[in-house]
Amino acid sequence: MFDVQKVREQFPILHQEVNGHPLVYLDNSATSQKPIQVIEALEEYYNSYNSNVHRGVHTLGSKATDGYEGARDRVQSFINAKNREEIIFTRGTTTALNIVASSYAKAKLNEGDEIVLTPMEHHSNIIPWQQVAKATGAVLKYIPLQPDGTISLEDVEETVTDKTKIVTMVHVSNVLGTMNPVKEVGEIAHNHGAIMIVDGAQSSPHKKIDVQDLNCDFFAFSAHKMCGPTGIGALYGKKELLDDMEPFEFGGEMIDEVGLYESTWKELPYKFEGGTPIIGGAIGFAKAIDYLEEIGLENIEAHEKMLVQYAMDRLTEHEDVEVYGPPADQRAGILTFNIKGVHPHDVATVLDSQGVAVRAGHHCARPLMNWLGCTATARASFYLYNTKSDVDAFVDALVTAKEYFGDVYAE
Amino acid sequence: MSMQSNLDTLYRQVIMDHYKNPRNRGELDENDALTINMNNPSCGDRIQLHLQVENDQVVDAKFTGEGCSISLSSASMMTDTVKGKSIEEALEISGIFSEMVQGKEYDDEKYDLGDIEALQGVTKFPARIKCATLAWKAMEKGLDE
Ligand SMILES: Cc1ncc(COP(=O)(O)O)c(C=O)c1O
Repeated sequence: MFDVQKVREQFPILHQEVNGHPLVYLDNSATSQKPIQVIEALEEYYNSYNSNVHRGVHTLGSKATDGYEGARDRVQSFINAKNREEIIFTRGTTTALNIVASSYAKAKLNEGDEIVLTPMEHHSNIIPWQQVAKATGAVLKYIPLQPDGTISLEDVEETVTDKTKIVTMVHVSNVLGTMNPVKEVGEIAHNHGAIMIVDGAQSSPHKKIDVQDLNCDFFAFSAHKMCGPTGIGALYGKKELLDDMEPFEFGGEMIDEVGLYESTWKELPYKFEGGTPIIGGAIGFAKAIDYLEEIGLENIEAHEKMLVQYAMDRLTEHEDVEVYGPPADQRAGILTFNIKGVHPHDVATVLDSQGVAVRAGHHCARPLMNWLGCTATARASFYLYNTKSDVDAFVDALVTAKEYFGDVYAE
Repeated sequence: MSMQSNLDTLYRQVIMDHYKNPRNRGELDENDALTINMNNPSCGDRIQLHLQVENDQVVDAKFTGEGCSISLSSASMMTDTVKGKSIEEALEISGIFSEMVQGKEYDDEKYDLGDIEALQGVTKFPARIKCATLAWKAMEKGLDE
């Protein structure tokens, strides 16, 4: 049974006051909090077996190597990848997407080839492709958004052509909470001989991922949004594609033979992991996966759905609060909004004065802000440890913000 | 309700007045004036500042843009302040302003800072300091050129 109060006990950070109010942390899409299990796993690694991996003959070195490589197995099973060497540890989603852009796209694309994406991408899934386009002469094509911030498969069919080599998109939008039909989009991509890349930064924390079922070619995600530490994430790629790619970074750990003028690379996944890897991070990442699976991704997803539905119901009482994106039953636990007449920064400052942490700004999605017709929005995003009373505190704080600015306006 | 009064130190009435009734909002003829675009890339605020400078003197200043109450009221106050000042004076006031919002000691005697001092409240809200300084950075950039 999913018991949110039990879950909360595992997160030491939640039990504090901010500005004289109990902390209500609703900035989970930016980064999640970490359960005690993850914090203790990091502590244990640094306290008792910190060592470099793959090289030491000594005992600690073997223990660290086991921890690091064990983490790879954990990530593999978490997303149901076929082979362990299809998991490459990276600094996060951004680096993972850059590896694909650099080592796959820059090498393979030619003038006139098309890269298809959506206007709801995070900057980390736009700018690398702009750079690829500049370097190769490929062109970017955007699938238009429906008025509710979703995409239609008909539009995908229209946009993808035989010139398309890459289709890439967010699995779940970090602004609208839209869940994209990436499996169906992938089929369309494959029918045209293109590959399918999925930015899973906002889906992996909240739902079960099966890369074989999605049949995507690459999948990128970050540990820090799913109860793990910052500084680590993973790139999944199909083996035959990764095998055919050049390394991204060159140096120690990734080489087979080194001569004065030429070198050769290790096999997968090591050729993509130049330098001392993120050992502690990987161990913490694996622990976060243990934790999430123990709770059950389906429980987490259901809990968030309940919260976002409850929040949207409560907000319907407030006509001057505009919520962007699809209806509650079609979105993840992300709620982006504006209060009429109050700038989101001011909203976030008033909310913070009530202990409620939300994000305000463009959420690294400038093109999407243009589409929404605003320069900035406020965003509340939920995770497994949030409660209905968090939602109540959030709505109460919104009322305070409205009243506060209403009063100042009235004077 | 200490937080309420804390909020009140940020959102002083003068600030709200400048936000609701911005002074010098608008554009200046490109032939007579410099145009400086400045973004706050972390939050999306944008300001376009127009400065008309003649003989080392700022004779007019106007701005357009989008942002929160702090960044827009600050732009309103800044344009009010620099009008009629020499370049050197405007830059010096900007330096004083910067010290003030960072919570450092600042010279409040050399110039009549007027409404500007109302923005002191941002020192308690570190996340908002960048909002307050956006227009001033634009002005410095324009006058440095
Ligand atoms: C949809 C999406 N993609 C990519 C990223 C980038 O992730 P990271 O900063 O961990 O590299 C984020 C994080 O904000 C995101 O929300």
